[in-house]
Amino acid sequence: MAEASQKIPVTVLTGYLGAGKTTLLNRILSENHGKKYAVIVNEFGEIGIDNDLIIGADEEVFEMNNGCVCCTVRGDLVRIMDGLMKRKGKFDAIIVETTGLADPAPVAQTFFVDEDVQKNARLDAVVTVADAKWLSDRLKDAPEAKNQIAFADVIVLNKTDLVSKPELAEVEARIRGINPYAKLHRTERCQVGLTDVLERGAFDLDRILEIEPDFLEAGDDHDHDHDHHHHDHDHHHHHDHDHGHGGLKHYHDEDMQSLSLRSEKPLDPTKFMPWLQNLVATEGQKILRSKGILAFTGDDDRYVFQGVHMMLEGDHQRKWKDGEKRESRVVFIGRELPEQAIRDGFEQCITT
Amino acid sequence: MKEFDPGEAPSSIVSITDRVKQLPLGAAVGAVHFLGDRAFFVGAEESVAIATLEGEITRTETHFGAILCAASDGKRLVTGGDDGKLIATDAKGETATIATDAKRRWIDNVALHGDGTVAWSAGKTAFVRNPKGEEKTFEVPSTVGGLAFAPKGLRLAIAHYNGVTLWFPNMAANPEFLEWAGSHLAVSFSPDNKFLVTAMHEAAMHGWRLADNRHMRMSGYPGRVRSMSWSVGGKGLATSGADTVIVWPFTSKDGPMGKEPAMLAPMPARVAVVACHPKNDIMAVGYADGTVLMVRLEDGAEILVRRNTGTTVSALGWNAKGTLLAFGTEDGDAGILEM
Repeated sequence: MAEASQKIPVTVLTGYLGAGKTTLLNRILSENHGKKYAVIVNEFGEIGIDNDLIIGADEEVFEMNNGCVCCTVRGDLVRIMDGLMKRKGKFDAIIVETTGLADPAPVAQTFFVDEDVQKNARLDAVVTVADAKWLSDRLKDAPEAKNQIAFADVIVLNKTDLVSKPELAEVEARIRGINPYAKLHRTERCQVGLTDVLERGAFDLDRILEIEPDFLEAGDDHDHDHDHHHHDHDHHHHHDHDHGHGGLKHYHDEDMQSLSLRSEKPLDPTKFMPWLQNLVATEGQKILRSKGILAFTGDDDRYVFQGVHMMLEGDHQRKWKDGEKRESRVVFIGRELPEQAIRDGFEQCITT
Repeated sequence: MKEFDPGEAPSSIVSITDRVKQLPLGAAVGAVHFLGDRAFFVGAEESVAIATLEGEITRTETHFGAILCAASDGKRLVTGGDDGKLIATDAKGETATIATDAKRRWIDNVALHGDGTVAWSAGKTAFVRNPKGEEKTFEVPSTVGGLAFAPKGLRLAIAHYNGVTLWFPNMAANPEFLEWAGSHLAVSFSPDNKFLVTAMHEAAMHGWRLADNRHMRMSGYPGRVRSMSWSVGGKGLATSGADTVIVWPFTSKDGPMGKEPAMLAPMPARVAVVACHPKNDIMAVGYADGTVLMVRLEDGAEILVRRNTGTTVSALGWNAKGTLLAFGTEDGDAGILEM
């Protein structure tokens, strides 16, 4: 099987209608980067770059016959990947643009489920373009928009020139209430560095180095404790529950949250692994993304895992370094997560 | 699989590797068909390499891009590409454009009928054109996964998500729909016209007995079935997808229902492609590690045609008389064997 580095990286580009996906796509393709992309789009016409392969697709979400209701894949992608593999060597990377109303999960799951796709390509990151002016409204009335934010590894918060500073702070706080872990970039007309959206390795187990909320964007250099609003305080899940910390608003989204677990004591692998597998098997429909760095009892290696809904993959990553804090951290992003049950279950896995 | 070191092939296997005419094509092979005594190796992209038994190779440019599908009736080779073109190549190697998709969509599938009718698909649309040039189209609910003409009459099976549509292009009657949940890709009629089988996106085959549409589930594969071939007279259906050839019995009126398949030619590598001999009960088998075997269906006796080289055998084909076997690989190696 090909090593991760030889597999073709695939960037999934999502974003609600009108957020600026096509603008970002054109920016990526027109920049002088010397790379060739195969771009899978839903509509022809708006993109006109000669050098790249543009493939039109009808989003076809297929259920897999494996008894797992949330196990859906993009049937059209399976077919297109088959065809593209005949042209290996003609392009360096693949970008999949989804429609504005698409759920990113079937796209991502295609790269976990299909043996042939997995052999040749690897999911690099889910990049979500969001409209700074309208996202707050969409988060209220469009569950698709919320899904796309929750699923993202990178969020390009676009059209920041169309909003005031307080409005920008407001929309950012709402994004963070759903997904504090994605890298967030504020842009006008999607002006973002290509290295900020491509070759992120967000699904690469070897690059799960740290799981920290991403609050330290450029220009946001004041220091504050990020942990306390995810831990150690009551979660009152009403809408618009905001409370200021040094000028930053914090929202808790009513139905989409992230949950972070932490233990300085090692975990018992004979308890943790069955617990995790059972958790995603029973609650996988609610859990959009999961990630973890784990310190197991009597194990000198760091163990890392990640998941999309019910699908998990994990591996020993490397030896814990001398002096490195052997701390386990697990993150879930999902809808109506049974927080207390998850916390209690995790506690049971800690070696006493 | 990668740790496996087979070393020399076991001495019990008869080897005829030295009788193979080597053809270093240098470009990945997607399919191979014989037109007369010449093998037409369909490249993964752009061209068809035509080779003689003497090892002479000529190349015909057919597509500006990937070649996604190919079919042959022994008189011509028809290929569809990601350039939206459907191209016929004749035995002399001369090409003609049959169709160009108006929206330049990928031509995903092609099938040929004995009377010269050709069928192809782009997206959800299946096209049929008869020898007079009359064209008809039919739209299915999702992208076409595979096409096959029935051995009798003008009847086209169109595989798609959740089933197969049987379309009679020359009749006003409504198409018949065979339903089964999941994504259906390659589709094939048994030579006696009694059964229809599909290879699914899942690691399984599905089948219908056409008299009563009774289902036949054929599952248990470790991987997707990408190649299937009917043995002479349609007695069995040989399939890839496991580390043995899975041959489903079709001799009784119930087909493989309630029966175990034969599992022949086990190897420490996945079967990638199978091609049954047109006259005798033997088949050629290509593996993911590069091995090519000839296998007798009756008892599984094996003859080594090509040693494992590490890259997948991607194409196998017999000439109509069954005197020549051609193979091609993903890394552009190929060969012809005279029986």
